Amino acid sequence: MSFELETARADAGNLRRVAIDPVSRVEGHGKVTLLIDDNDEIQQVRLHIVEFRGFEKFIQGRPYWEVPVMVQRLCGICPVSHHLAASKAFDHVVGAPVLTPTAAVVRRLMHYGQMLQSHALHFFHLSSPDLLFGFASDVGRRNIVGVAAAYPEIAKQGVLLRKYGQEVIRHTAGKRIHGTGAIPGGVNRSLTVDERDELLAGIDQMIAWSREAVVMVKRLHATDPVLYDDFGTFRSNLLSIVRDDGALDFYDGVLRARDADGGILLDGVEAKDYHQWIGEEVKPWSYMKFPFLKHLGTEAGWYKVGPLARVQNCDFIPSPLAEAERREFIDYGKGQLIHAPLAYHWARMIEMLYAAETIKTLLQTDDLLGGDLVREGAHQPEGVGIIEAPRGTLIHHYAVGDDDLVTMCNLIVSTTHNNQPMNEAVRRVARQYLNGRKLTEGLLNHIEVAIRAFDPCLSCATHALGKMPLQVVLQDRAGSELDRLEKTGAGEISGRRE
Amino acid sequence: MTTGTMLIDGVPVSFEYGQTIMEAAMAAKIFIPHLCHHPEFTPQGSCKLCTVKASGRYVSACTMSAKDGMEVENNTPDLNDKRRTLLQMLFVEGNHFCPSCEKSGNCMLQALAYELEMLSPRFEQFFPNRPVDASHPDFLLDFNRCILCELCVRASRDVDGKNVFALAGRGIHKHLIVNARSGQLADTDFSLQDRAAHVCPVGVILEKRKGFAVPIGQRQYDETPIGQQMDELAARSAKAEE
Ligand code: SF4
Ligand code: FES
Repeated sequence: MSFELETARADAGNLRRVAIDPVSRVEGHGKVTLLIDDNDEIQQVRLHIVEFRGFEKFIQGRPYWEVPVMVQRLCGICPVSHHLAASKAFDHVVGAPVLTPTAAVVRRLMHYGQMLQSHALHFFHLSSPDLLFGFASDVGRRNIVGVAAAYPEIAKQGVLLRKYGQEVIRHTAGKRIHGTGAIPGGVNRSLTVDERDELLAGIDQMIAWSREAVVMVKRLHATDPVLYDDFGTFRSNLLSIVRDDGALDFYDGVLRARDADGGILLDGVEAKDYHQWIGEEVKPWSYMKFPFLKHLGTEAGWYKVGPLARVQNCDFIPSPLAEAERREFIDYGKGQLIHAPLAYHWARMIEMLYAAETIKTLLQTDDLLGGDLVREGAHQPEGVGIIEAPRGTLIHHYAVGDDDLVTMCNLIVSTTHNNQPMNEAVRRVARQYLNGRKLTEGLLNHIEVAIRAFDPCLSCATHALGKMPLQVVLQDRAGSELDRLEKTGAGEISGRRE
Repeated sequence: MTTGTMLIDGVPVSFEYGQTIMEAAMAAKIFIPHLCHHPEFTPQGSCKLCTVKASGRYVSACTMSAKDGMEVENNTPDLNDKRRTLLQMLFVEGNHFCPSCEKSGNCMLQALAYELEMLSPRFEQFFPNRPVDASHPDFLLDFNRCILCELCVRASRDVDGKNVFALAGRGIHKHLIVNARSGQLADTDFSLQDRAAHVCPVGVILEKRKGFAVPIGQRQYDETPIGQQMDELAARSAKAEE
């Protein structure tokens, strides 16, 4: 299926279709190609993300107990999400779908720590510079150091929120990054009294700062509602997991999808049945697949995932402060679902508040200190683990042979779910900001801001942390290159203009 | 019992005649880096990590007998540099990816790389493709990590009396094989009780489904560097390692 501006119309005159060939594929880059006609009208916009799928092959033939540790290499920002999604899948394989109370609470705490640190990083370090200084402001200033100079209190809170989340991860997973805390059927450690007390001592401050962060995003929206409501906005379905009772939940639940008006498209789907509902379309021009809801087809079935989907997909948030913020957010939509990409940040901060509140509750659970860590039952040949990662629904699916080796692995990562949405956002932005036959830094920045609302750095695809190397190429109807702008991971912009 | 005295890095070390430099050093709690040496088995001197300078010549400490009045250089920049090179070669020859290896923290190769401050890769990776043998119900063989120390060969032959393992091929093609017509571990009488099941210094012979049950950070070489574990290294013959 092809969407408006995805592929130039056949009657658009003498346009040459330019497919990316493997030579022009830029490893670790997001690449946007724009095609214009003789009147400088945009005819085609495509965001190409080079996804690293070699992992699924690589994992075949490896022993299953190695996988939850190995998959953490898949993402520089949310290794814990992969660690836990894989562990959840292998819980089924080792016949322990229900964990011991201690394992359940340690895992959940690990995940909520991860959500807190990733959301803080995404918002404060990577996005707040764009939002506070403006999208086309001085590149040299548009980073967390610039924020620290202009808004020292905001930068400090961002840094410490992230650090707190990392401490939660360290105490649950054993290490700040690439820990080994979750194992098939449970965990390999619980918390000591000292570790718990150390975290408890800081949590009220984190909750308070998370509340302030929500207030700040609301203020940003209020200052420039036109920009925040319209920038790159498109309507789509939503997908996430929700708890059995409809509550927001990042760690476990059933799949639910809504249409662009909020009507339920599917609900109560168990993880193991995901492939009956979700398909992945391959398109010749992209290395990354396009997921869709099978019963709606490729044209109507695509959806967005992540904070904006989750906060509107659930019926309520099971923590009081975040729930109050959710209601205010919903009210802002005046009975309509909110689809604005920049509203992702607002939803993200509500989620951060929910994560902080939940961490407090979990820290007050005695099971956290227990010693009963692992369960095992009759082994099963297959397992699916679904989790809400910071950027959206993450699916891990494995089959394991009698000899304990992995025979099949299928992953659908958040970036892939959001492939079509990010393409749509980039199309909207390109139409709004491309002017003439020259690419400007302003356009590049606007495209970057749109992508960043969903994904801070395309990290699942590029494995980079906090950096988004981006390339924008402008072509004429004959397919020859008119202009090109590139931004490296280090933020340097270079062009190739005649 | 006749004894003699030699100097290791200027420190007098007494020994009993018939002891190797390695044995005398171990008894004196002096660490000489080693991989293929194990106090329980006859030395074979293949890894060369224990290379020392004895009276001006490079020799393997694990095979060379100690002699009265011998002057041995052990912990010197020159020797450690050579040992580091040997380690770097071992690391590229197999697939040693510590961050996702379940033996991490219990692995002698990794512990020695830390001990000898092997901080960077130096040679091109071979990236061999050696399929694992998962046929046995209780054990996994990940040949990608084999350093050809032959400890399992010696243990199975000399202690277990089973001859489950052997080395085949020559030079760069040398590799570990399982002595069964099918080549599969499942078709041998290898078992959990075997000495050979617990002797591999790296992550080749692994008990299945254990993986990361013991957290990284709480493993043998995580807290104390291998060079300071003389008692543990010497005690390896006394108790079967888990
Ligand atoms: S399997 Fe282990 S013990 Fe046997 S030769 Fe290889 S490294 Fe040595
Ligand atoms: S320990 Fe002496 S050669 Fe290996």
